[in-house]
Amino acid sequence: MSMLEMFSDTFVSTMRDVLPITAVLVGFQLLVLRQKIANVWRVIRGFVYVLIGLAFFLMGLQEAIFPLGELMASQLTNPAFVYSELYAQGITTIQTVRWDDYLWVYAFAFAIGLATTLAEPSLIAVGMKAEQVSGGAVSAWGLRLAVSLGVAIGVSIGCYRIVTGTDLWLYIVVAYIIVIAQTFRAPSMIIPLAYDSGGVTTSTVTVPLLAALGLGLAATIPGRSPLIDGFGLIAFASVFPIMSVMGYAQVIRWLEKRRAQFRRTAELDEL
Amino acid sequence: MISLNGLFKVTRPLLEALRDLAPIILVILFFQGFVLKQPIPNMEEMLVGMVFVLVGLALFVRGLEIGLFPMGEGMAHAFAKKGNIFWLLLFAFLLGFATTVAEPALIAVAGKAAEVAAQGGLIETTAEAMSDYAFGLRMTVALSVGTAIVLGVLRILVGWPLHFCIIGGYFLVVAMTWFAPQEIIGIAYDSGGVTTSTITVPLVTALGVGLASSIRGRNPMLDGFGLIAFASLVPMIFVMLYGMLML
Repeated sequence: MSMLEMFSDTFVSTMRDVLPITAVLVGFQLLVLRQKIANVWRVIRGFVYVLIGLAFFLMGLQEAIFPLGELMASQLTNPAFVYSELYAQGITTIQTVRWDDYLWVYAFAFAIGLATTLAEPSLIAVGMKAEQVSGGAVSAWGLRLAVSLGVAIGVSIGCYRIVTGTDLWLYIVVAYIIVIAQTFRAPSMIIPLAYDSGGVTTSTVTVPLLAALGLGLAATIPGRSPLIDGFGLIAFASVFPIMSVMGYAQVIRWLEKRRAQFRRTAELDEL
Repeated sequence: MISLNGLFKVTRPLLEALRDLAPIILVILFFQGFVLKQPIPNMEEMLVGMVFVLVGLALFVRGLEIGLFPMGEGMAHAFAKKGNIFWLLLFAFLLGFATTVAEPALIAVAGKAAEVAAQGGLIETTAEAMSDYAFGLRMTVALSVGTAIVLGVLRILVGWPLHFCIIGGYFLVVAMTWFAPQEIIGIAYDSGGVTTSTITVPLVTALGVGLASSIRGRNPMLDGFGLIAFASLVPMIFVMLYGMLML
């Protein structure tokens, strides 16, 4: 397919996705609110930017990142790579799967979880709003880093779970108990934002790559079913950011307290 | 001087997009070069694709700043000034419904779910039964997101603390997992993630923050966020309910 055809295809499907929303927005604006929008043309230009931008973004992902990322996920989980030393000795039947055979997979899961979440457009949007609303107390970059670290840690643990074959619900229940405990300890300002970040991460960039990694792992390890074990990674990617964002706020509050304490003791020393 | 300023305006979003994408490029180069020890296949396509992603991200962010955010917040202020709760809730419902019903990821998941249900002998294996099932599931999810935004907006108006709603909701999800048919559970859990698309998130966030900042007694930080949390929770409950009623 030519570049132009591909672009128009992506553009049309983005349009189809956006059309119902535009209808609702315009309908209410004209029929219910009946108010003039400030800078109408600027807003319309913004919508056009979003449409064209998303079409370019998705097409670039499909062209450059997804094929290579999926290829890498399948190569890293391939027994020929994982057991390359044994294969070199001529042993090709693996009796028992040890969790530490897959260290590179965990490292890749961590790195790709971190990197893709940093580039997630909806998280960029939430970060911009959070920085503006909090008057800079929550920085857009800090929030995005916290969410990305949460995804990275969650996804590596998720891969460990697939390799060892432990129950998914066990991890999720423990994670939710931690979330509930943190909810009562963390600064209350951060809690709505933390809960929102769980939903934001499972979006355009992250999901396809994680799905490829999870399915690759589940398909190559004996005794795992791609249908049951392959999908759990997304659940990890949506619980762990809630913890890491609350943790980020807790660390910041702790640092501030400590700094205040230092200042107080310094003042006392001067006296 | 004006041209220099203009140049800055164009390059700044591009540089920021480059910073956002650099980690992905580094991760790919490191694992491909040092771990797998293989060359990058079709380098040319890869570079062209990267430029597309870069330009797309920069345009998207600029569009958010001048289009989606002001629109969402402007409408929230207008609704608050108008003071008609019925229209506001109808708007919230339609916004959630409309952003979800045409979502490509949802259409794909619903089709897959119908296949699983047919293989499991839960519905007949005819094309008609399967497309009915998939359509029903899609409508269920779209209705649930509409309901979620309505609940979230009600929460902002009334001022309930978010964590009671969400933690309570998750207890409900866990409880329903015991009663819902096995086949629907995975799909129910996945549907929570499918619903929050790239255009929904900025609009819904702007709506929440706009409402919370124009209603007296509400704090935009405490009350403005949380709509997305509702939108990823409620679909799980609705889809499991659909599974329990249909099968």
